[in-house]
Amino acid sequence: MGDAGKLMADTLAIARAAAETAARQSYGKLVAYLAARTRDVAGAEDALADAFAAALERWPAEGVPARPEAWLLTVARRRSVDQLRRRQTGIAAEDHLRLMAEEVEARETAGDLPDERLGLMFACAHPAIEPGMRAPLVLQTILGLDAAIIAAAFLVPPATMGQRLVRAKSRIRQTGIPFRIPERAELDERLDAVLEAIYAAYAEGWSDPTATESRRRGLADEGIWLGRLVASLMPQEPEALGLLALMLFAESRRHARRSASGDFVPLAEQNTALWDAGMIAEGEALLHSAARMGKVGRYQLEAAIQSAHAARLDLGATDWTAIAGLYAALATLTRSPVVAVNHAVAVALAGRADEAMRMLDHVGDDPRLAEYQPYWAARADVLERLGNRPAADAAYERAIGLEPDPAVRRFLQAKRAALATAASR
Amino acid sequence: MRYMLLIYANEAAIQADPKKVKTVSPAYVAYTNAIREAGILLGGEPLQPTANATTVRTRAGKTEVLGGPYAETREQLAGYYMIEAADLDAAISWAARCPGAENGTIEVRPLWEMQAS
Repeated sequence: MGDAGKLMADTLAIARAAAETAARQSYGKLVAYLAARTRDVAGAEDALADAFAAALERWPAEGVPARPEAWLLTVARRRSVDQLRRRQTGIAAEDHLRLMAEEVEARETAGDLPDERLGLMFACAHPAIEPGMRAPLVLQTILGLDAAIIAAAFLVPPATMGQRLVRAKSRIRQTGIPFRIPERAELDERLDAVLEAIYAAYAEGWSDPTATESRRRGLADEGIWLGRLVASLMPQEPEALGLLALMLFAESRRHARRSASGDFVPLAEQNTALWDAGMIAEGEALLHSAARMGKVGRYQLEAAIQSAHAARLDLGATDWTAIAGLYAALATLTRSPVVAVNHAVAVALAGRADEAMRMLDHVGDDPRLAEYQPYWAARADVLERLGNRPAADAAYERAIGLEPDPAVRRFLQAKRAALATAASR
Repeated sequence: MRYMLLIYANEAAIQADPKKVKTVSPAYVAYTNAIREAGILLGGEPLQPTANATTVRTRAGKTEVLGGPYAETREQLAGYYMIEAADLDAAISWAARCPGAENGTIEVRPLWEMQAS
């Protein structure tokens, strides 16, 4: 393809992405608007499903209409109401269409549809909804992703995911889960559940670094998109900004995480030239705004750790003592054994291997770590630093046996081989 | 919406304390008054222990009667309130205030809003 051809393909790709974003925006707003009034999420989705599919198909080519919500409404109405009625969801499709028409027409002059997506997200991440279903629900209701894509991303059979989504939506309706931002007294805890769901969506995309599995593609992008949405709707919540910063820092390193040959590259050995400086700058700015609000939280601390790693771009070296300090604060806050392992790794890299070993021995009592690969890799590394090669070798073997990602496994095998070579010298 | 707040408690622990058996604790009196004053109380009573339960079913035209509860559970249904609440969050906040939530468990169940066919 010539330069002109490539330029055109790029322009098309950009137009397509813009159209898709607009379609998801309007769709999510309409679903949230309808669901907030009827509590019938499945019915709202049904009333809009065909219109949304038409928008995804036509907007990239024809351009985004001037009034996207009105466009969706018109198409939704034109589709046979009988066809919708057949689906037998909760409230009749006609009721949804009528509600939608009233609102969209009332806004003809008044401007945009009210944005109630935040209320819908709080409903999806309500404590009465099973934690594992919160991220899938948010992805489906706010972004309109279909059950098959969500199922693939979460490694669940499509039929199972479909059933669970249906059950969760029925639960929202039947038990009277409200669609609103919770009261101040509960807000922190509830917001944490929303952020956790978004982070879970992002993490699914993150675990496929090269995005070679096309069916899992983009969940990282969707996570960042949702993070931006919450940060823009709740700009006064430092943890919402912290989560967005955290995801941007992680995403900035996507292209440095694998070598050209597909091998795993640990953070410390990544080529900083491959990091996305724009995302890092945006993460820094968000983190600074959050810090000014004077309320520390888990996501801000995790983002601060990422920021300290990103500083290598400018300083050429990593301040492991600072990172160990941030992990200490995070460990106090979360009491998570996973954080404790990362804390120990940072302490070892800061040159205090004895202390790191004591920390690992201490958390090692937690049965959840017995099958946690990074715990064994951390033990192996610290034991190697302390010169205990047989124990390090055994720990590497355990880590290799637990790791599902072939690239990471190869990396661990290489480290184990290097240990044996050093021993024979 | 109407919700049932089903109070599950360990009967053995309650019966071990004779004071608790037939007198309503001041905490429950205060809680019941608070629900009543909020204007949302539709009903509510304590239940006698499951030892006094009788299980009844009809099979093949025959009435089978058994002494004892339907199911043996670690905690037993000990009482209930029926309330009118705007949504699940409102019902949860009343369940959390129930004195029985401290040592036992409150199950929040929405009622079916049935229409006669």
